[in-house]
Amino acid sequence: MADKSFFVDTTKCTACRGCQVACKQWNKLPATETFNWGSYQNPADLSFATFKLVRFREVVSGGKLKWYFFPDQCRHCLEPPCKDTAEGYVDGAVIQSMATGAVVYTGKTSKLTAAAFEEVRESCPYNIPRRDAATGLVTKCTMCIDRVENGLLPACVKACPTGTMNFGDRSDMLAMANKRAAQLKQKGFAKAQLLDADSIRVIFLVVDDPSVYHRFSVAQNDLGISRKLALRKIFRPATGLVTTVAKL
Amino acid sequence: MTNHWIDIGNSDCILIMGSNAAENHPISMKWVMKAMDNGATLLSVDPRFTRTSAKADFYTALRSGTDIAFLGGMINYIINNNLYHQEYLAYYTNASFILSKNYSFKDGLFSGYNPQTRSYDKSSWAFEMDENGIPKKDHSLKGPQCVFQQLKAHFSRYTLDQVSAITGTSQADLLEVYKAYAATGKPGKAGTIMYAMGWTQHTVGVQNIRTMSIIQLLLGNMGVAGGGVNALRGESNVQGSTDHCLLYHILPGYMSTPSPKWPTLADYLNRRGKSNDPMSANWWQNEPKYMVSFLKSMFGESATSANGFGYDWLPKVDVGQTYSWLDLFDQMYQGKFTGFFAWAQNPACSGANAGKNREAFTKLDWMVNVNLFDNETGSFWKGPGMNPKKIKTEVFFLPAAASAEKEGSITNSGRWMQWRYKAADPPGNAKPDGDIMVELMDKIRELYRREGGAFPQPVLNLKWDYATNGKFDAHKVAREINGYFLKDVTIKDTTYKAGTLVPSFAFLQADGTTSSGNWLYCQSYTEKGNMAARRSTEDASGIGLYSEWAWCWPVNRRIIYNRASVDRTGQPWDKEHPVINWTGEKWVGDVPDGGWPPMLTADKKVNPQTKYPFIMKTEGHAHVFGPGRADGPFPEHYEPLECPIEKNLMSAQFVNPTIKEFSTDADARATCDPRYPIVASTYRVTEHWQTGVMTRWQPWLLEAQPQQFCEMSVELANLKGIKNGDKVVVESARGKVEAVAIVTMRFRPFKIAGSTIHQVGLPWCFGWVTPKDGGDSSNLLTPSIGDPNTLIPETKAFMVNVRKA
Repeated sequence: MADKSFFVDTTKCTACRGCQVACKQWNKLPATETFNWGSYQNPADLSFATFKLVRFREVVSGGKLKWYFFPDQCRHCLEPPCKDTAEGYVDGAVIQSMATGAVVYTGKTSKLTAAAFEEVRESCPYNIPRRDAATGLVTKCTMCIDRVENGLLPACVKACPTGTMNFGDRSDMLAMANKRAAQLKQKGFAKAQLLDADSIRVIFLVVDDPSVYHRFSVAQNDLGISRKLALRKIFRPATGLVTTVAKL
Repeated sequence: MTNHWIDIGNSDCILIMGSNAAENHPISMKWVMKAMDNGATLLSVDPRFTRTSAKADFYTALRSGTDIAFLGGMINYIINNNLYHQEYLAYYTNASFILSKNYSFKDGLFSGYNPQTRSYDKSSWAFEMDENGIPKKDHSLKGPQCVFQQLKAHFSRYTLDQVSAITGTSQADLLEVYKAYAATGKPGKAGTIMYAMGWTQHTVGVQNIRTMSIIQLLLGNMGVAGGGVNALRGESNVQGSTDHCLLYHILPGYMSTPSPKWPTLADYLNRRGKSNDPMSANWWQNEPKYMVSFLKSMFGESATSANGFGYDWLPKVDVGQTYSWLDLFDQMYQGKFTGFFAWAQNPACSGANAGKNREAFTKLDWMVNVNLFDNETGSFWKGPGMNPKKIKTEVFFLPAAASAEKEGSITNSGRWMQWRYKAADPPGNAKPDGDIMVELMDKIRELYRREGGAFPQPVLNLKWDYATNGKFDAHKVAREINGYFLKDVTIKDTTYKAGTLVPSFAFLQADGTTSSGNWLYCQSYTEKGNMAARRSTEDASGIGLYSEWAWCWPVNRRIIYNRASVDRTGQPWDKEHPVINWTGEKWVGDVPDGGWPPMLTADKKVNPQTKYPFIMKTEGHAHVFGPGRADGPFPEHYEPLECPIEKNLMSAQFVNPTIKEFSTDADARATCDPRYPIVASTYRVTEHWQTGVMTRWQPWLLEAQPQQFCEMSVELANLKGIKNGDKVVVESARGKVEAVAIVTMRFRPFKIAGSTIHQVGLPWCFGWVTPKDGGDSSNLLTPSIGDPNTLIPETKAFMVNVRKA
């Protein structure tokens, strides 16, 4: 199985949230209690029970009102800092699938202390990991690895009606993303760009300043790699993708 | 839809107005995106910036209830700038017809208005006829009395100044939309309209759609790929239920409900207009075959030529009386019903002026609530403001199976009848609707047999054999709808044995030798099998017709009026997306609207064998001038019954002069009333369906959209001291609801005739039964007033006040 990636074309997202609900359905995630907080975005944030969340943002850009939708999820980094951080505490808490590149949190994450989890979360450039206070389990998008390894599309991609969510071999997704970005540039979207495409497997395409969509739409240095992690990285040989993954 | 979902992808310009497709028809956006990928422009016109607007190339706002003004301005723009499709307009529409000298329009009223009856004598809305009784035509479109010149004069009043003052849309924005859309008037280009309840639910609902239909005819957009007038249906099977006569004014297949005006079958069959023009197919002249076959389907062997095939056993609607939803609840409110089946519906939340409906339930002796879940209707007696001790109504709840728990067909907006299989058994005692109906009718017939009754014949003579082993049989019903031969019949050298399924409606007979439950569906279930169950993904057309995927009415024609997609010699206007094409001998492509040759031969001579393309119209021409409507042959802007301004800028007629008003104490109204200064509209959200009976029990959907909300502009919120997320109370003359304020830039105040007008909006998917803090229905606010043609309620434009709770 080849190296996989998502291509998320936000210009086609209508925020129907089919992806958000399909993710919950496949992954058997409970609904959390919410209230209307003056926004369509609900739940308000990712959580232990919400791996995929469509973020809504209203802005005036270039003198025009825009309503941007950003179907947020784990980016499945090529070199996931969360994995490095977690490994410093619990071996096997975070694993990476050799076949697909999926970054997967295992049951062993429950052995991470609250403080260790905070460090894992802080090491994530996209602010993705969440912890269940009751069980201590840390969770996030699994790339639907159980579906993907059986030849199915991730649930969010399968549910998407507009072509926003795409999934396939990384080279194909990169080609599709580059082609679409060029097409949009030609159509007059000067700011059309792919976000961190070289370092992650969930490649977002936006047509405005990335920060307008979501604070963590691109890797944030202010969280990113902590000092402790940086030191650990120096004293350990780079491993890339060599960590193989046992079946979950 | 005249076209179908996939066909949207063929469009060059998509106008989404009167609908919010991205939120309410999410899958449609797949085809909108496809069209955009191919260079199409998406225009979004809506009082509120929606998830649809977020995807549009251009968005602008208009005040709710001013669509005719907005579109009237577009008609004016198209004509003034000569952007119309001359040949199409002159030869395929009645723009060339000469109007009667008695026709006139003055200060908001058409000729023939009677203020006492609030209705029109339409005799002056007529055409001049030649000596053969054929409408006189002026194909140059230049004569002052021709429809086109009258249209031009009528809409010349819709200047940019006027339209902008009424709609609140800036002139620059109006022009932007007009220019982009009118560009599709070029032969070979196609523009489409995606509309829904944002257009229909007004006191001018029908005329909203008429205005757009006129635009589509001016631009030559009817019948072509990527064009048409496309109603996005609000439920998966609304199209099917309408085809099978959900509404009171029709029988299956759009035949009129009988009336004392036509006391006998012969009178009934004689009621339609005749054409003396040999080139007009006037397809409805075939109605006797459809009606008699329908009566045979209803009454079987009891229907004979001697007894008018049982015509007398069909219910008649009284002359001048309407039987719409609004009428029913008005009568119920007045205590004129004893019992009520609330079947697959939730009028306590879905109906306009829901408070009136809830009160009406208290006047009943009994109610049967057939639904998947408990709802605000069945539980009305313990709802807000009700005292169960004082309510006599006995409520029975019959649990029904969900769509995936039964077999049958669903006809989508694109007229595709698609067969569905049963995926799972219904839980507990829940039953398919068909089973409930079979059991119910068996009991009723048993009672009539035993006890007689006032008029037992219709019930006892009914052919009632839709069950197999006591259970409703969807295949039996589907075959009944298609129809079969009752005797051996020979047509064009082929003999069809009694019992054979009829191949298509062209084979139906008026002598009682065929039976068909709905002529429009004749061909859907034939000796070749269940056509709706076909699943071929081949597309021979190249334009996405997928003609062997399921089946669509009529006769599997995927784009109706398709004979207008070609020039008069039969060559497609759009060479890239040909719907049909005349080879010189026959039509190829989609099933044409009749197989007659094109209007001109290859050497441009009139072909006497031809028929005009709009075959369902008496004279074969599409109606630019539409004399059949209650409120006028041309659309005209009138203010909503509740509106924020004191004067209709177009005329002295403030509101639609033909609307039917209801006058119980529950029908309070407040127009230009300082207590209710804010325009309001209701709508749906992606996350909930209709009143939310199916979705409010679904935790994931509730998580995404948990509570009633009211969207308002930043400016209005500041004025009222409301912050985003605050609880607010929204009040109208009829009721109030609590909601969470969403303060947003997506609503902006309007400048209407010099003053600032605010607008708010609320979804109508919530109700008090569940969830606990979800809020109640926004239909407690809406008025029970309707369009004069359809009586669809005006829930998209009414007046409210908003205050902090």
